[in-house]
Amino acid sequence: MSEVGTKENPLRVAIVGAGPTGFYTAEHLFKHKELVVEIDMFDRLPTPFGLVRAGVAPDHQKIKSVTKVFSRTAQKPGFSFFGNVELGHDISLEDLREHYHQIVFCTGAQTDRQLNIPGADLEGHHPATEFVAWYNGHPDFRDYEFDLSQETAVVIGIGNVAMDVARILSRTEEELAQTDIADYALEALANSSIKKVYILGRRGPAQAAFTTPEIKELGEMQDADIFVLPEEAELDTLSQELMASGVDRGTARKVQIIQSYADNKPSGKSRKIILRLLVSPVEMYGDDKGRLTGMRLVHNELYATEAGTLRPRATEQFEDIEAGLAFRSVGYRGVPLPGVPFNDSWGVILNEDGRVIDPDSGQPALGEYTAGWIKRGPSGVIGTNKPDALETVEKMLADLADGLVLDPLHPDAGAAEKMVRQHQPNYFTFADWEKLDALEVANGEALGRPRLKFTSVEAMLEAAGKKATEPVV
Amino acid sequence: MKVSRILATKPTKIITVGAKQEIRSAVNMLAEHRIGALLVVNETGNLIGILSERDIVRRAAEDEDVFSHTIGDVMTRNVRVGLPQDDIMSVAHTMTEGRFRHLPIVDDNYDLVGMISIGDVMKAQRDAYRGEIDTLEMQIMAGED
Repeated sequence: MSEVGTKENPLRVAIVGAGPTGFYTAEHLFKHKELVVEIDMFDRLPTPFGLVRAGVAPDHQKIKSVTKVFSRTAQKPGFSFFGNVELGHDISLEDLREHYHQIVFCTGAQTDRQLNIPGADLEGHHPATEFVAWYNGHPDFRDYEFDLSQETAVVIGIGNVAMDVARILSRTEEELAQTDIADYALEALANSSIKKVYILGRRGPAQAAFTTPEIKELGEMQDADIFVLPEEAELDTLSQELMASGVDRGTARKVQIIQSYADNKPSGKSRKIILRLLVSPVEMYGDDKGRLTGMRLVHNELYATEAGTLRPRATEQFEDIEAGLAFRSVGYRGVPLPGVPFNDSWGVILNEDGRVIDPDSGQPALGEYTAGWIKRGPSGVIGTNKPDALETVEKMLADLADGLVLDPLHPDAGAAEKMVRQHQPNYFTFADWEKLDALEVANGEALGRPRLKFTSVEAMLEAAGKKATEPVV
Repeated sequence: MKVSRILATKPTKIITVGAKQEIRSAVNMLAEHRIGALLVVNETGNLIGILSERDIVRRAAEDEDVFSHTIGDVMTRNVRVGLPQDDIMSVAHTMTEGRFRHLPIVDDNYDLVGMISIGDVMKAQRDAYRGEIDTLEMQIMAGED
């Protein structure tokens, strides 16, 4: 057999996960003109684009336009998409090893970190990720229920996901109707009784994890005012010193915006967003039916670690707030994939610069790689996954040059397609997705919306004309 | 962005030495593992110092017999440590201002969990900025459609 990566013997790569990182990985691989590469991209959902579709807030359509770049990659010769095919359910790692020279896991951080406080299991307290997936029409979450008959909601955490949740809870029906939010979520939120949304941050204004546009946006809502308590907007001495050292202009702008909200007066808008800083929930309270009714907050002060980070420390000062609905957004973790080594400390696949590491030998697992959030943990914006994927691709190419690739039994596209069809006859091609995409856009257009999403796998199968397909052996 | 993000893609095995070993062996280890500093631990595995290339060069300038000295004799004893939860931005500031290039990372029990270098910090920051620029550019382009 000729060298791998040539016309006679193309490099066959399986990418598991069709989110931004999967597409960036494919893009980097296709850039090497001297290399003949065939890429099969798998996703457990029929639809591609991962969190761009199911995570990015529906009122941030501009961010979603990155999918145009991904779609161009999908049109490259040698690219195939296999949607609705789940690793560990429909196909196994062994199936992939038999058909590909290299396998890249780009499955993201799919679960949230717990909040270990008394009462955290009360009904009415949810992971923010579930709410996000619900309003974005993720098929696994469409039947979830959130009690929007409550008047007060609390969002615990102060990253961009927390901002998204607070914003979506506070938008008017008119604002939401201009987005591609799931139709059932639009209906539920249009009938919402939420009047007050707290956002709770453990640290001060200078340490907030949200980015400047996100906090600015909260001040520009159609029917919601934002408030910050003046005493919590003020910088402590340590933060003042750090800011004075000119560390970061972005942070200075962010602090300025937060402090400007401390001067806000009620303007007659019907909803209130209250950004609270230097507080942490320590206990949740419920009624005799096990339903959340409120929580106790402790006030924090900041101290500097040896490395100079300002961290929160609880004081003796407490307060109680009433709330019937709460969302935690305090960090995310990857979920282990069957048969793939996992680093439990950081919630990622065990890896060195993208090479999967065999825990027994401490050496790279031949032909296996990882990129994106499942490699480094959740951080950054969508584009941060591009340099991350590049690092992994560089390792893949270096290993290829050293002849360190898997030796698959069936390194050809036909055999791989047959294998997938045997296990999941209802797999989605990229052309199937494009058909679905066109339908969603057309259905949305009729209502003056950017798109109307299909939110169940069944509806997607039906729309793509796949329902009657019999398993082919 | 936190320090744990850097640790997530680094080898989990931490390279440590004892204070009684000679500088000669430390130099070999630095070359073998292509690293710039070694963590020095006592019998129970607790961090007692750090030995950097710089420590060795400084001593060599004064004393040509540096290779036969013990690590404990040459290492830096007052080691500043970081936590996995530390912000990369503030760590970069502290390392630049304090002029040190390696930071051992410990957990809440003060057990060693890894080490990061200023190079790791710079790379993480560079990639974060690259990603942000890419995303912003893409959004500007989308706005012009």
